Amino acid sequence: MTILIWILQLLFVPALSPLCVGIIRKIKAKFQNRVGAGIFQPYRDLWKLLHKDEVVSKDASWISICAPFIVFAVTLIVGASVPLLASFLNNPYTGDLLIVIYTLAIGTFFLALTGMDPGGAFGGFGSSREMTLSALAEGGFIFSLLTMAIISGSTNLFSISQFGGVAQYQHLLPVLLAFGGFFIVLLGETKRFPFDNPSTHLELTMVHEAMLLELSGKRLALMEWAASNKLLIFIALGANLFFPFGIAGSATLGAMGISLMAFIVKMLIFCLAIAVIESSIAKFRFFRLPDLLITSFILNVVAISLIRL
Amino acid sequence: MTAIFTIQSAFLSLLGIFLAGAAGSLILRKNDSWANGWSSFCAVTGSLVGAIFGIATMISGNNLSFGMASPLFPLLSISFYVDTLSAFFIAVISIIALFCSLYGFGYVKHFYKKYSIGALGFFYHLFIAGMILVVSASNGLFFLIVWEIMSVASYFLVVYDRNDENNVKAGFLYLIMTHIGTAFITFAFFLLYKFTGSFDFEAIKAGSGALPVAIKNAVFVLAMIGFGTKAGIVPFHIWLPSAHPAAPSHVSGLMSGVMIKTGVYMMIRLFMDMLQPIPTWWGLTVLVIGAVSSLLGVLYALSEHDIKKLLAYHSIENIGIILLGLGSALTFSSIGMPVIATIALAASLFHTLNHATFKSLLFLSAGSVINKTHTRNMEEYGGLIKFMPLTALFFLVGSMAISALPPFNGFFSEWLTFQSLFQGIASADVIVKWFFVLGAGSLAFTGGLALACFVKVFGITFLARPRSDEVFHAKESSFSLIAGMGALAVLSLIFGVFSGYLITFLEKAATGMGFLKNATTITSAASGHGALSVGNGFASVSAPALFVFLLVALVVSVIVFRFVINRHQKVKVGMTWDCGTNLRPRMEITATGFARSIILIFKGVLKPSIQQEITYDDAKSRYLPKSHVIIMGIHDVYYSYLYQPIIKVVTVLSSWATKIQNGNINVYVLYVLIALILALISAL
Repeated sequence: MTILIWILQLLFVPALSPLCVGIIRKIKAKFQNRVGAGIFQPYRDLWKLLHKDEVVSKDASWISICAPFIVFAVTLIVGASVPLLASFLNNPYTGDLLIVIYTLAIGTFFLALTGMDPGGAFGGFGSSREMTLSALAEGGFIFSLLTMAIISGSTNLFSISQFGGVAQYQHLLPVLLAFGGFFIVLLGETKRFPFDNPSTHLELTMVHEAMLLELSGKRLALMEWAASNKLLIFIALGANLFFPFGIAGSATLGAMGISLMAFIVKMLIFCLAIAVIESSIAKFRFFRLPDLLITSFILNVVAISLIRL
Repeated sequence: MTAIFTIQSAFLSLLGIFLAGAAGSLILRKNDSWANGWSSFCAVTGSLVGAIFGIATMISGNNLSFGMASPLFPLLSISFYVDTLSAFFIAVISIIALFCSLYGFGYVKHFYKKYSIGALGFFYHLFIAGMILVVSASNGLFFLIVWEIMSVASYFLVVYDRNDENNVKAGFLYLIMTHIGTAFITFAFFLLYKFTGSFDFEAIKAGSGALPVAIKNAVFVLAMIGFGTKAGIVPFHIWLPSAHPAAPSHVSGLMSGVMIKTGVYMMIRLFMDMLQPIPTWWGLTVLVIGAVSSLLGVLYALSEHDIKKLLAYHSIENIGIILLGLGSALTFSSIGMPVIATIALAASLFHTLNHATFKSLLFLSAGSVINKTHTRNMEEYGGLIKFMPLTALFFLVGSMAISALPPFNGFFSEWLTFQSLFQGIASADVIVKWFFVLGAGSLAFTGGLALACFVKVFGITFLARPRSDEVFHAKESSFSLIAGMGALAVLSLIFGVFSGYLITFLEKAATGMGFLKNATTITSAASGHGALSVGNGFASVSAPALFVFLLVALVVSVIVFRFVINRHQKVKVGMTWDCGTNLRPRMEITATGFARSIILIFKGVLKPSIQQEITYDDAKSRYLPKSHVIIMGIHDVYYSYLYQPIIKVVTVLSSWATKIQNGNINVYVLYVLIALILALISAL
């Protein structure tokens, strides 16, 4: 049974992440009075891209050739290292919060290099912005997970998930503050509003899409897929560290079923929140974004100071 | 007895090899290739012996202690004491020296006929021998002498490329700063001598309990400034970004990789060993210095586009990270938490080792690039990955290691440092806790900014299209350079993947000193199967598992997507999309442009400046500009707020002194007379 759950854990993120993107797009379409594509459209897009020929820039080096695979593989590892359906798995090898953060950073590193590799005028700027934002997001990211680690007495994400998040009423305030900080980082790291506009390619403020401009075919598919994996990873972190309701505490079929249902519901709520934010506010000016990220860090520092063990 | 004797003779023969290398290089100085061959041979052999000696001493745990009194000077005794801590530093120095010397054999060839290779070899050997003596000396005066040998030898190496006026200037600044530092250290030792009656480290340690509190604190401040200047902490770092780039690259690698660590070694020796027990504020001060140095180091690095200067600023950042570990170790030891203190000290030593590895790797690969392109300005690189593929690969490894990306070594020492800081946040009392929050916060931002900085360095240097013609002439470096860099790159990976096994050695080095001796019997950070763990299940990480997972995930995704789903599709080579214009190198992002947004965000600290110079075709009408020069820089706050006032005070004092010294001999005779009378009166 445990082996089955591990396989589920491994395949869960890549299997479900395009759906997540599809749902957000669908909700946004509804807000804009459009019908919108079906929620399974991202799967079709990936399948289409994976079967296309591709063009590689003559200025590109092996970095561009390899990076999509590295970025994708990194999200697979991290996807398997965060609590998804079962908090009892207790992965002592790669389940540490710093491992997750820095392994994701490998992806960011190669993604940014891919942006610079073909020597286009857009890619370099995308990389510069990406690295600026992710450097400033790092403090909030580490500290929001650290707040939970200190409360629960372990930096292992599965143990944090087991601990109960907001269900521990005596720590309600720090947990909520940490979640506020985390949610800002979620928007920043997954390049959503107000940080970046995920649906345009040609806007002067673009970050993520600018770096992918020279990619095509399977490499573009892998990068897009990795980006949606990252989104789902952040949603899973937010859902299962701060609100771990329903997550399976034991390896029984019933518990797993409830856990799956609970996770889908939580995922839908996160998707709804992201879609509502994207439909209701404008993208921020680039130099206002650091304020937001520093706010996330400050929220977490306050949260840490409020912890009374 | 025989065991000790052989250790002693091994140590002496180690020094002998370096002396032979120094003397031989001088003797053979007429013939460049002979001098280079002999010098490199001796350096490689000596470093190998040193590495074996250091590692063997660490494993056996036998402390080596011997000395000989000097009949002429009663206070000076040439005495050595090598415990596990010293052995660890000897091993680090030797390992890095080994690969730098290997690299140097090929690298110095471009100095043939230009400068004396023999002189280079002479000072190079004195420099390495000096460093080894610094970490093994156990007498204050003897220590100061070898400290001076190390500093002066490195000064001559910095000014080796003397035709460039900037190098001579950098060397002069280094010479001044290092002697200011030495003055503070000397003063600290004199204070210790006055109150303990001895220069001998063991005697000082035994007598340190009787030191008055104020004197102890004074020694701390003096030592912090003195050794901090050598280590390159902010604000005493100003010599470092100009001196390290000036030296030949394999020497830069040694200076940045290991020489600045001798300052850290003496901090550990003094604060963790000789002056124990210590007050809590010492550790907190070191924590704050570490936090400030790491954050400012990386911010200044971001604003640089001279590749070696940039790496030198990263040394300041990494010294900051090492001091974060050391600061937490000091704090934990003074508030009675020896177990975590051991782990924090091990983290700091681990980062010392790791930084030595990847920083020398980065300096060596930067040297290999500079050697082929003849410029240190990153804006003139670009696309070098196609001309120097191996150098690019090694630089990538170094970049990933220094940015703390797993599975390379930098991550695991930063992980341990983070965990020790977390322990402080989780368990210490309210005031102490805030210092740890500050430390962890600055480490978090430092990690992110370092990543951004190395995307910039690697991207601008090696990727995209060449930005100058020099790049087209570049080709891969020769075998000895590749071997030196390659070995260090492999070490970076090995130290990362096997960090769980390495940590027991580091803990041994950390606990070699008395008071931590019993700490690791309780818990060790090593927890089987190469994993690291801290604080009874508070945190754990397995480097080998992570490495294997990454490899498997990579291989599986390549197989699935490249060879199963997409096996029939074609890959076409095309042009980069150029918006319909002719895409030229000038349209790529520049190093300055890449970092500009971060610099503007931190403009409160960095104070970016823009100077514009416009010349017009017709100065009267001023409509048609002929040329437009924009100089973007950052304002040097240390210079204007710290050094400038000091210089002013010194100038004023000097002008007062000239009033006494008016050049009239009669007046000087009068001074002598007055001094004599005063002396006689006071003797009465």
